[in-house]
Amino acid sequence: MSATRGDAVRGVSGVADDVRHVARDRWLATLRECRADGFEICVDLTAVDYLTHPGRSLPEGVAPERFEVVANLLSVSSRRRARLRVQVPESDPRLASAWDVYPGAEAMEREVWDMFGVAFDGHPDLTRILMPEDWEGHPLRKDYAQGEIPVQFKGAPS
Amino acid sequence: MTALDDRTASRETPRPIAAAGTGEGAQEMTTRAEGSRAEVMRQSGAVLRMSESEAAALAVDPTEVREDQTMIINMGPQHPSTHGVLRLMLELQGETVLRCKPVIGYLHTGMEKTGEALTYMQGGTNVTRMDYASPLNNELVFALTVERLLGIEAEVPERAVWIRMLLSELNRMSSHLLFLATNGMDIGAVSMMLYGWREREEVLRFFQKVTGLRMNHNFIRPGGVAADLPPGWRDDVLALLEDLPPRLEEYEVLMTGQPIWRERLQGVGVITRDEALALGATGPILRSTGLDWDLRRAMPYLRYAEVEFDVVVGAFGDAYDRYAIRLHEIRESMRIVRQVLERMPAGDWRIQDKKVTPPPRGRIDESMEALIHHFKIFTEGFKVPEGEAYVAIESPRGEIGCYIASDGSSRPYRMHVRAPSFVNIQCLPHMMRGGLVADAVAVISSVDPVLGEVDR
Repeated sequence: MSATRGDAVRGVSGVADDVRHVARDRWLATLRECRADGFEICVDLTAVDYLTHPGRSLPEGVAPERFEVVANLLSVSSRRRARLRVQVPESDPRLASAWDVYPGAEAMEREVWDMFGVAFDGHPDLTRILMPEDWEGHPLRKDYAQGEIPVQFKGAPS
Repeated sequence: MTALDDRTASRETPRPIAAAGTGEGAQEMTTRAEGSRAEVMRQSGAVLRMSESEAAALAVDPTEVREDQTMIINMGPQHPSTHGVLRLMLELQGETVLRCKPVIGYLHTGMEKTGEALTYMQGGTNVTRMDYASPLNNELVFALTVERLLGIEAEVPERAVWIRMLLSELNRMSSHLLFLATNGMDIGAVSMMLYGWREREEVLRFFQKVTGLRMNHNFIRPGGVAADLPPGWRDDVLALLEDLPPRLEEYEVLMTGQPIWRERLQGVGVITRDEALALGATGPILRSTGLDWDLRRAMPYLRYAEVEFDVVVGAFGDAYDRYAIRLHEIRESMRIVRQVLERMPAGDWRIQDKKVTPPPRGRIDESMEALIHHFKIFTEGFKVPEGEAYVAIESPRGEIGCYIASDGSSRPYRMHVRAPSFVNIQCLPHMMRGGLVADAVAVISSVDPVLGEVDR
């Protein structure tokens, strides 16, 4: 582990990938370090709701939480990728926004907010992006009542 | 970086429902007074890492515009040049675009949620419908991700790999031909629209012969491809390769050198390399800025390291460069296809791992085990070891990636597709800033978004 990686722990579950686990309070700082380390693009940012799969394998020292935000970074100059994983607890589903470091993460963070209900502090425009604004619930959560609630249509008489 | 203290405030308090009567509430572009400064800057196309010279050129604070001089209009979601149901809210001062905000989600069908309910065997039918203009690349990235989780990447037979390359490149050609058609239509070269659709149809006819379907093939599957190439496939490809070059020459005459075409595209929708990188843009948009970033070359997958081709780059980062790049990429893809024809090996087209591949039809009549095995694999699916993987390939629109988290069952615990169009349309505010509303159409067209994968 080099000094630039901070307190991130290397994971083992990704096959031949550079996976780094990041503490939640070090998220933004780690992103800044990665940006300075040559990762120019935040190519993807998404989340996983591990509600029904809590016993997943994580490296030692990483306490599993319900949500996990996953960011895939790409370095165009040195042709490498890194995947950052951060645990976000159910009781306080919020994370620092990557927008300051990677402006391209803006829409992806909106999608994570929309689909998982993980809020991003410092995001310029944290609104739903795929679902209608008045939608209730976050569809990609594992406890979202799929098929059990009436389909919501805006303005339709109910 | 500017101090952006006020931007967190908007989330703490419920946002006012702006523009009452138009329906979407807080997703819409707000007036300058209501929006946070960072939000307005974002919609003005400001990227934090703009060059010093550009920052200096911004002598006028873009957020200081008198509200009574501007007008916010809706373009779309049913505008013909928005390539589907993309809705853009534009703030105009006269004919000049000051701000732009894409409002998306009109085609959202919850495909990532659906992906969690389908087995790995069925997953291909789902992802292939995302980017419906290049379905085979969607299937390819999904199959590669599943294969990485299974640890069978290296065991996929050679013939399957080369068939995948053949289909991927032909799909790149059909997708770029579709771009030429729609781009021509958007700019007003209506003949080009007819030509583009016509040529694309010939590629799709080949796909139909190979896969049975023009689109949404579900042909590339974990472990290989669904079937071998049909008899006579080589002649069909050769006929394609013979017919297309003179037609591309025609397009050059019709558009590339034509003054009206150049006037409409050159210098329109300019983006610099740093801005494209910061916004996460990939594919022709990034290459139009002069950066030779193509995953086929930079991080080769399949056998791209063994074929010769050039990565086409632009110089100005404008809509004309993006048009020229796609036109030339058709030629490069044809070059790759020729090499694939030469090198196509004989042999099996899917992995002979009983875990992943169903038994051949003939065996089912002879063997009880084969019947059980067939039944199990199509009802229950095959189990994939616990873990997570992200694999990315170069689709016609940029980096398409698939992230799958597996819990060891036969269905993905989470299946996410990094759609290039979803990320690329973030460049629209930047490309449109200060341009004319008439050029907005050319800019959308040059980004070439497919709304199926934007909204998924």
